[in-house]
Amino acid sequence: MIEIGLGHYLTLGAIIFSIGIIGIFLNRKNIIVILMSIELILLAVNINLVSFSIYLGDLTGQVFTLFILTVAAAEAAIGLAIIVVYFRNSGTIRVEEIDKLKG
Amino acid sequence: MENLQLVLPEIFLSLSIMFLLILGAFKKDSSKLIHNLSLSLLIVTATISFNETIGISETKLFNNSVIIDYFSSLMKIITLLAAFLVLTISSNYLKTFQIFKIEYPILILSSVLGMMVMISSNDLIVFYMGLELQSLALYVLATFNRDQLNSSEAGLKYFVLSALSSGLLLYGCSLIYGFTGSTNFNLIANQLNSNEYALTFGIVFILVGLAFKISAVPFHMWAPDVYEGSPTSVTLFFTMVPKIAALTVFIRFLYVPFLNLIDQWQMILIFLSIASMLFGAVAAIGQTNLKRLVAYSSIGHVGYALAGVAAGTNDGIQSSIMYITIYVLMNLGLFSCLLMLKRDNQYYEKIDDLSGLSKNHPMLSLSLLIILFSLAGIPPLAGFFAKFYVFKAVIEQSMYFLAIVGLLSTVVAAFYYLRLIKIMYFDEHKEKYDTEHGFWLKFSLTASTVLILIYFIFPSQLVEVVSRINII
Repeated sequence: MIEIGLGHYLTLGAIIFSIGIIGIFLNRKNIIVILMSIELILLAVNINLVSFSIYLGDLTGQVFTLFILTVAAAEAAIGLAIIVVYFRNSGTIRVEEIDKLKG
Repeated sequence: MENLQLVLPEIFLSLSIMFLLILGAFKKDSSKLIHNLSLSLLIVTATISFNETIGISETKLFNNSVIIDYFSSLMKIITLLAAFLVLTISSNYLKTFQIFKIEYPILILSSVLGMMVMISSNDLIVFYMGLELQSLALYVLATFNRDQLNSSEAGLKYFVLSALSSGLLLYGCSLIYGFTGSTNFNLIANQLNSNEYALTFGIVFILVGLAFKISAVPFHMWAPDVYEGSPTSVTLFFTMVPKIAALTVFIRFLYVPFLNLIDQWQMILIFLSIASMLFGAVAAIGQTNLKRLVAYSSIGHVGYALAGVAAGTNDGIQSSIMYITIYVLMNLGLFSCLLMLKRDNQYYEKIDDLSGLSKNHPMLSLSLLIILFSLAGIPPLAGFFAKFYVFKAVIEQSMYFLAIVGLLSTVVAAFYYLRLIKIMYFDEHKEKYDTEHGFWLKFSLTASTVLILIYFIFPSQLVEVVSRINII
């Protein structure tokens, strides 16, 4: 059995973070997937903060995590509202078709 | 007991926002009332902050997580005044598009509140909360004209990219917290020698997030689309107010906790600055939409402001604050002109719409001429002095390459400003635009033009105000 230490948690955080980033840039289909990727990024940060907090024996990291959780909820609410407004105007939420503004 | 009087501006502003929200929800047709109340609130808050600057010494509150000093108070006042002017000149535009609603001033107030929190933050958590309060309000503002496809697309793009940048910034925060054991800026500064490589990673992530917010190259891709799509009054807000706050945080974040790691971040800043100056100058050349052109020009101007920050001295910081202040003034004038291009309840924002403007509107074209010359940096206008201070600070640090690239890109950028002037004065003239404008629109155009014009008579005033800033 290997001992699970800080390094493993950080690796997990880094992997989830990368999945989130890649999800935003490789996704060509649906905006909802982008929202999910943003959520993944924030959760990866939370994993990092909590594991650091426990490793350092310092509560600040966990407090920070609570703040991030609430902000993430607010952000998701506003994001979904914007997507609804966009869908009403254009009738689609496919990422490829969001190209009216360019130049 | 903490001295709560020092955060009185923030407390006052947040209570008033809640009060206005309740008032707007229960009173019918109160948009005009709320608009006027918000204007007076901004002035009152600015007065309270101004009172604080008299005889202020550096004070830290709430477990050292909030800092009140001359720098923060000064930047708060500039932010509040800029927001006030934006709000005054946007009312006619909003009425034309029938989006003169109670939410508009309230959203502007809450994003200003976020900026004020950000400006006086001395802790990563406070900094993040301020940043998010600001950007959440800005997402909605960009989408404000919600029945129009352009506006909602701008909001969507801004939301996705800004949320991504907040995520990157947070990842940086978590790394810095983990390797220094604290989120407080001063405590971080004491723990720097522990693990330099991991900290550099953290700094890079946070710099990426901040560069997104002030639209520095290579993180600028949202700016042209969002500036073009959002309502013009919101674009005006975007080009001015968040940049002041984000630049302040940029300075505070780099110079308080990470001054000793200057070798690590100076190269990054020089790169950001050079790339923004060059890209802003070159990419604006082929544009046909004025708002898109302003977006590229603002990317270029952010590059100059960052050059001052990259110098790593007090002079550099002061020069970049002077730059952003003068830039805000010029932008205000430019957008006042843009908001005057109105005919039969329709606003015009193509470069072609400027053609032959001088025939029908000599005064408007004259002020636009002065503003454009100033943006291009032609002496003796204010824009020249702004660039002069920055380059002086940069050359004093023997960073000749940065200064040379900056000067060259000024020359390139002058091309598209001069092209606008050529179109205004020498092209075929079009139909006349409306000449009836609101008082505040005329006031802000006149005031900014006159200030730009006569700046060279008393340049020492601004220098004196800014030279009291002492970070290092």
